[in-house]
Amino acid sequence: MRDIAVVSFAQSDHVRRVDDRNEVEMIMPVVAEALSGAGMTMDDIGFTCSGSTDYLAGQAFSFVMTLDGVGPWPPIQESHVEMDGAWALYEAWVKLQLGEIDAALVYCYAKSSPGDLPMVLTRQLDPYVVGPLWPDAVSLAALQARALLDGGSVTEADMAEVAARSRSAALDNPHAHLRWDRPAALLLDEPYLVAPLRRHDCPPISDGVAAMVLAGDDVARAHAERPAWIRGIDHRIEPMALGVRDLTTSASTRRAADHAGAHDGTIEVAELHAPFTHQELILREALDLDDSVVVNPSGGPLAANPMMTAGLIRIGEVATRIHGGQHARGLAHATSGPCLQQNLVCVLEGDDR
Amino acid sequence: MTKERVAVVGVGQTHHQATRGDVSMAGLVREAAQRALADAAMTWSDIEAVVVGKAPDFFEGVMMPELYLADALGAVGKPLFRVHTAGSVGGSTALVATQLVEAGIHERVLTVAFEKQSESEAMWALSLPIPFQPPMHAGAGGYFAPHIRSYMRRAAAPDHIGILVALKDRGNALANPYAHLHDHEITFDSIKESLMLWDPIRYAETCPSSDGACAMVLGSEAVGDAAAAAGNAPAWVHGTAMRSEPTMSADRDPVLPQGGRDCALDVYRQAGITDPRRQVDCVEMYVPFSWFEPMWLENLGFAAPGDGWRMVEDGVTAMDGDLPVNMSGGVLCSNPIGASGMLRFAEVALQVRGKAGEHQVDGARIGVGHAYGGGSQFFAMWVVGAAKP
Repeated sequence: MRDIAVVSFAQSDHVRRVDDRNEVEMIMPVVAEALSGAGMTMDDIGFTCSGSTDYLAGQAFSFVMTLDGVGPWPPIQESHVEMDGAWALYEAWVKLQLGEIDAALVYCYAKSSPGDLPMVLTRQLDPYVVGPLWPDAVSLAALQARALLDGGSVTEADMAEVAARSRSAALDNPHAHLRWDRPAALLLDEPYLVAPLRRHDCPPISDGVAAMVLAGDDVARAHAERPAWIRGIDHRIEPMALGVRDLTTSASTRRAADHAGAHDGTIEVAELHAPFTHQELILREALDLDDSVVVNPSGGPLAANPMMTAGLIRIGEVATRIHGGQHARGLAHATSGPCLQQNLVCVLEGDDR
Repeated sequence: MTKERVAVVGVGQTHHQATRGDVSMAGLVREAAQRALADAAMTWSDIEAVVVGKAPDFFEGVMMPELYLADALGAVGKPLFRVHTAGSVGGSTALVATQLVEAGIHERVLTVAFEKQSESEAMWALSLPIPFQPPMHAGAGGYFAPHIRSYMRRAAAPDHIGILVALKDRGNALANPYAHLHDHEITFDSIKESLMLWDPIRYAETCPSSDGACAMVLGSEAVGDAAAAAGNAPAWVHGTAMRSEPTMSADRDPVLPQGGRDCALDVYRQAGITDPRRQVDCVEMYVPFSWFEPMWLENLGFAAPGDGWRMVEDGVTAMDGDLPVNMSGGVLCSNPIGASGMLRFAEVALQVRGKAGEHQVDGARIGVGHAYGGGSQFFAMWVVGAAKP
């Protein structure tokens, strides 16, 4: 495969509610920051791909207006996925593999604040037999957590440790939405939100956007001091129905990681798209991550969870740490659908491993 | 690097209707996918990845429905990808699937596009959203009518051209068993006398709202060769292109959009086409309102600007003309929006494979498939041929 790298990444500050700007206004400065970080303008970009969903924007064809934010004139090569930006990156990576263009722009965004997110996400479920019951996203995650706890391999204290570590890591992340420093032991005194999940086990609801520039081969080297090379990327899906899959493991993550070559080298850092604490524990097991791996140094989705965006941010956070030389090899993960239904794994490396 | 050659080895579609109340969304997509697999002499387990496309999720009231459709589409354990590029999505979905094979990532990819518009009210979904924008029109026809009016003025086109296109496409659909509209009684006068919906667009010059799906199996060169050896001639992809332009730009000409022209020039260059009018045997283009046939004939380089309507009037685009257009009846006769672009791509693939049945163009070797979306701002095209490129 052709060598493709993340050469720059930018994200907004993620907050509970952005009232004073629409999506186009949120995206423009972040796209500009990603382009300038790569020393590029739109004229250098051969392909643009975005990820978003109409269900959060509250209008059909919402991405059409957002595209105006990048100034697609004269006409550009462009596509859009109704998926997290991590999959927009995947499409751009495929396009770059064809060798006809050298740089691509990826961006993604969501404002969850205008609606009731856990209820909006019920519209994602099987519309004939599950959707009419309106099971909200937190309750479905709680079912998964209960199954995991019943298995006996993890405890509520383990989940609280994930919460405490993530929120305290976020103290160093200026873009994070939710940060605090409290010992895990005290968290178990809190009441359940939806048993066995406590409030700290759940992600914040965030508005936010992200953008990234990818480039191939020498163009990547010319536009980044230390490009973050995509050594492998793969994504896999499972059935949606909760009754036909094992909720306590993530077979699709394991499979994607194998196809992405995750275990061909040492994983130093991993950014996992685990919106709920117990999901990090499931993913660690599926990815065979031991305690030597730095997991979610950004705070992860438990610290900032803009929909359609939190997956691409994981890739951006690993890339940023490779750009900066803190790590030589890392893994980023993105998820979609209820209870980790669909999963993407991306392996990134710096030049001087 | 060299791209892998791509072959279309299987094509399937549903019977398109206003309401396919006999099937769920899963049943609808499986109907098309199973026909494509049968055509390719494959089963679900032969497929390595699935690429799904559809227009806005509000049409069915399901957010990202491909997640719920994962098992119905045989995608469990595989990559499942969802594209949404407005009305061009059926075309761009096929192109994303094509790239997976071109890049050497997969050998056999199933691509499916659908819309089940009876689940909602497409006309209002296609209207400017209140309260975000002023309610200036109802339905896509209200948006495009001024573009058509402008075309008629600029090209000095006579009023009856749109009627001729509608008469031709509705006639072509009579030979297509999958088409939604089969109007045996239609005449020039019945179209002319039909209700004026969005002047100059009459009711009978407008696409229907359909439930339907389309699917294709795309394969690598080895897969295409194997199909050919087994007597199932594939269509070979000779070129692919996409272009997008902004909604709000003073530079835009929505009547003759630069994005559409750039897209056509790009795909012809890849396919080695220098004189599309002579070298292309048949075209399936995205014509939701009759007048878009002459407009796109000009935009895609089949006629000089201002002359597209003359090709219609001279019968060039009829089944027995030099350059048949929308042999299947086109969008004017079946419009499950998310699938409409892929249906164009699939129909030209059927033509160059010699498998278009009663609406086959004799000896078709090179076909052009075209889709557009948004406010005439998103374009997807491919050129397919009977011979390997």
